[in-house]
Amino acid sequence: MKGTLSAQLIRKLILVVLAYAIVQLLISVNIINDYLQATLTTICINIILAVSLNLITGFTGQFSLGHAGFMSIGAYTCALIILKNPTTYNFLLGTLLGALLAALVGFLVGLPTLRLRGDYLAIATLGMAEIIKIMFINMDKITNGPRGLSGIPRFVNWTWLFIFTVGTVLLIRNFLKSSHGRACIAIREDEIAAETMGINITWYKVLAFVIGAFCAGIAGALYASYFYFIKPDIFGFLKSVDILVMVVLGGMGSISGSILAAILLAVISTLLQSFSEIRMILYALILIIIMIFRPQGLLGSREISLSAFNRLGKFFAFEKEAK
Amino acid sequence: MEQLLQQIVNGISLGSIYALIALGYTMVYGIIKLINFAHCDIYMIGAYVGYVCMAKLGLGFFPSLLASMLVCTLLGVAIEKIAYKPLRNATRIAALITAIGVSLFLEYTTMFFATANVRTYPPMTGFMAKTFKMGNVVISAQQILIAIITIILMVLLQLIVKKTRIGKAMRAVSLDKDAAELMGINADSTISFTFALGSALAGAAGILVGVYYNSINPLMGVLPGLKAFVAAVFGGIGIIPGAMLGGYLIGIIETFVAGFGYSMYRDAVVFAILILILILRPAGLLGKNTGEKV
Amino acid sequence: MKKYSVIFMLLLSMLIFASCSQTASTNQNVIKIGVNYELSGGVATYGQSSVEGIELAVEQINQAGGINGKKIQLVKYDNKSDASEATTLATRLITQDKVVAVLGPATSGAFMATIPVANQNKVPVISGSATADNVTVDDKGVKEYAFRICFTDSQQGRAVAKFALENLSSKKAVIIMDSSSDYAKGLAEAFTSTFEAGGGTIVAQEAYMAGDTDFNAVLTSIKGKDFDVIFIPGYYNEAGLIIKQARAQGIDVPILGADGFDSPKLAELAGAEALNNVYFTNHYSSVDSSSVVAEFVEAFKTKYKKEPDAFNALGYDLAKFVADALGRAEKIDGESLKKALETTKDFEGVTGTMSVDENHNVVKDIIVIELKDGQQYKTYRVTE
Repeated sequence: MKGTLSAQLIRKLILVVLAYAIVQLLISVNIINDYLQATLTTICINIILAVSLNLITGFTGQFSLGHAGFMSIGAYTCALIILKNPTTYNFLLGTLLGALLAALVGFLVGLPTLRLRGDYLAIATLGMAEIIKIMFINMDKITNGPRGLSGIPRFVNWTWLFIFTVGTVLLIRNFLKSSHGRACIAIREDEIAAETMGINITWYKVLAFVIGAFCAGIAGALYASYFYFIKPDIFGFLKSVDILVMVVLGGMGSISGSILAAILLAVISTLLQSFSEIRMILYALILIIIMIFRPQGLLGSREISLSAFNRLGKFFAFEKEAK
Repeated sequence: MEQLLQQIVNGISLGSIYALIALGYTMVYGIIKLINFAHCDIYMIGAYVGYVCMAKLGLGFFPSLLASMLVCTLLGVAIEKIAYKPLRNATRIAALITAIGVSLFLEYTTMFFATANVRTYPPMTGFMAKTFKMGNVVISAQQILIAIITIILMVLLQLIVKKTRIGKAMRAVSLDKDAAELMGINADSTISFTFALGSALAGAAGILVGVYYNSINPLMGVLPGLKAFVAAVFGGIGIIPGAMLGGYLIGIIETFVAGFGYSMYRDAVVFAILILILILRPAGLLGKNTGEKV
Repeated sequence: MKKYSVIFMLLLSMLIFASCSQTASTNQNVIKIGVNYELSGGVATYGQSSVEGIELAVEQINQAGGINGKKIQLVKYDNKSDASEATTLATRLITQDKVVAVLGPATSGAFMATIPVANQNKVPVISGSATADNVTVDDKGVKEYAFRICFTDSQQGRAVAKFALENLSSKKAVIIMDSSSDYAKGLAEAFTSTFEAGGGTIVAQEAYMAGDTDFNAVLTSIKGKDFDVIFIPGYYNEAGLIIKQARAQGIDVPILGADGFDSPKLAELAGAEALNNVYFTNHYSSVDSSSVVAEFVEAFKTKYKKEPDAFNALGYDLAKFVADALGRAEKIDGESLKKALETTKDFEGVTGTMSVDENHNVVKDIIVIELKDGQQYKTYRVTE
């Protein structure tokens, strides 16, 4: 039994490395040109954001509308550090520091507000994100106020992007597979029942919130160091809604769903490039229609897993044999 | 002293608008426990209907006010029937996400048809253009109009809720929907009626803002909407006098924060109040704290 | 295992397909120019206005036979007022659509976010309205492939301060600025330093946020102070309302502004009788008798059935400015265009006669317009 498990692990590892190598190869022969790389970056950052929000909203059932606020903390921290001293080492330091700061703020905000019920929490987190934004606007000396920080050196390349994205997804996946994760899901299903079963609900809610904020901080840092420029407006309410749309579309409680949704929305956004207002109307309709007809999102809480592909593979293999 | 009085006048006219919008939030929340994010966009639509009536059709203020209240009533009821009713038994998060969806839908559909540009109401004439001076305190006729219309509408609302049959039904449904239904109250039509009332008030607020500030745009509802919600929570959500009190308080607090030279932090202060209230006294100023039922 | 990577490749190819499907076939007889503007989102009005101007200009150029026989083809994308989208689209326009120049974005931050892409690929980006001082040049030197045709914030801020000191003999100013806008911040700083250097004092500095409609609180609090001029760095949307509410409260000192005031909306928002004793710096005046301005205003009114504002005029000039350089360029490619742009001298635009200086800014006159009863009444020249 143990043997097969580690074999599976190795297989997965090989797959991950393969995926990395293929894209790296395509970049080096310029099939994936600069523009596609930019799109790929957007997708990866969105994956980190969506998966981490899914941990808070989809798995733990705490409706947060302030994810962009955490992202901004990561972005500003990293940007300020690498603007002062642009080295790869500092970029990594900035990313880590940004994520930690975001987690700290998440902890400070989460501790009191997570006692609130779902919809109050949504408004409280929204208010928190607005306050963070206003702070960044007014801390002129440090953040350059509404003008934002420009000329941020670019350190993010496919390698870092891949490491951070896969890292985040694995972190959250393993967290959810652990007993902590099961506690979070129990809280989503029924808070009172979970408490009766001896789960410390405040602790787990805060834990999920802090991990989500940490990952959002990473996403912010990657954003800052890829797109050269950040300013407070970028991390407003609409950014939080964007992330929420991904979580809802992919499925509340499905990591692979969030990943798929991040990719899908990037493609939709590209296709609807010249119809921008329609894009927002479409997003709105997606939200309404999914909630009415499939409130659990496209994948619900199911995961597309490796074994699903294996089964698919076996199915095709079987067909071939039949021929 | 005069400056203080003037600031209070400013605060009250701003607060009246918040109070009118907050009433809609508080009634809907009281009855179906939903933060109706789309409410602030109904207010925006009200302002646009007023614009069309006054600038394009050349109607006077009062016919336009009625028209925009009517359109908003219909819109509010339609939104409830199409988007919220199917989700009555779904989770709160699902309903809330739908509300955000409806809100974005109204905003961007308006933007699609009316463009993102600011529109201006026609200049006011006669009484509406007058200002009154008492010492150094200036009060414009529009500020008086806003205060009076707000008070009339609130008194009317209070009468409807307290004295009529349908008002009784509203209170019953908000207390316990299932029990109310068992008593023979039609919960669906009561909920629709609540949406109708709240939306009519939002429509009135929309046109008042259009006349007073003379500037409307498709995203005008977002921030006032959030602040009106804060006002509703501040006063005690689900409680109608609480929403009025909250609206006026938020209006006055905002005015004073800006008046003391901290206008950059004005919005932050409002949200900080919200978070503090939610933590310290989640039931609001006028509400009673109750434990959650199992 | 293979299947997994197959799925992955499938998604990737879907992406490639999505992005490539729109790439038009290259045509030798057209010159492609990218348009990367804010057509939706927070500052959509600036982007939309700029693009109206650009499209009018390109229509005229093409009707007149194009550039050396080649027509201009605009490739227009919407960056949704999002700086990262602006970077992505600049990359798309330059590396995939192979445009020879990119116009826009309208705001300084978004524009600066596209400059590294331009420098890397040697294709110029030109903005009509990115006014922050460090857009084209910073302590690391001139950004080679970035140009603009608008004033910088400090040029305008200085001009306003000078006008206040010299023409209005003001000594005590109040600033009410849009604290959410980089443009306002830049103007306010330049105004303050020049005004104080000239012996004036800033009595109070108040702030508001874009989108605000109620300024009574701030106005009431400054009313008790002693000042003789108000400077409002910001855009017409809020400035119109501030002027209206200030006049209603009985504040009748001169009010100053910059080119953000230039829109027919200002008079609509403030009301004609409030717009007295109001001055703002601008590129041109619609009462200007010069033929370029008159022709532009006429053509614009015919096409769009409305009065042009500053963004319309800057967008129009931007397209003509680039077309002028393309006409003089040796070859139609980014590097030659950059050289042609650098040597632009005395280009006659609607917004003034411009020459490009060594910092890739344009040198042009600033005029101050006085409003009386909502109408442009008189213009003044300000010498630097």
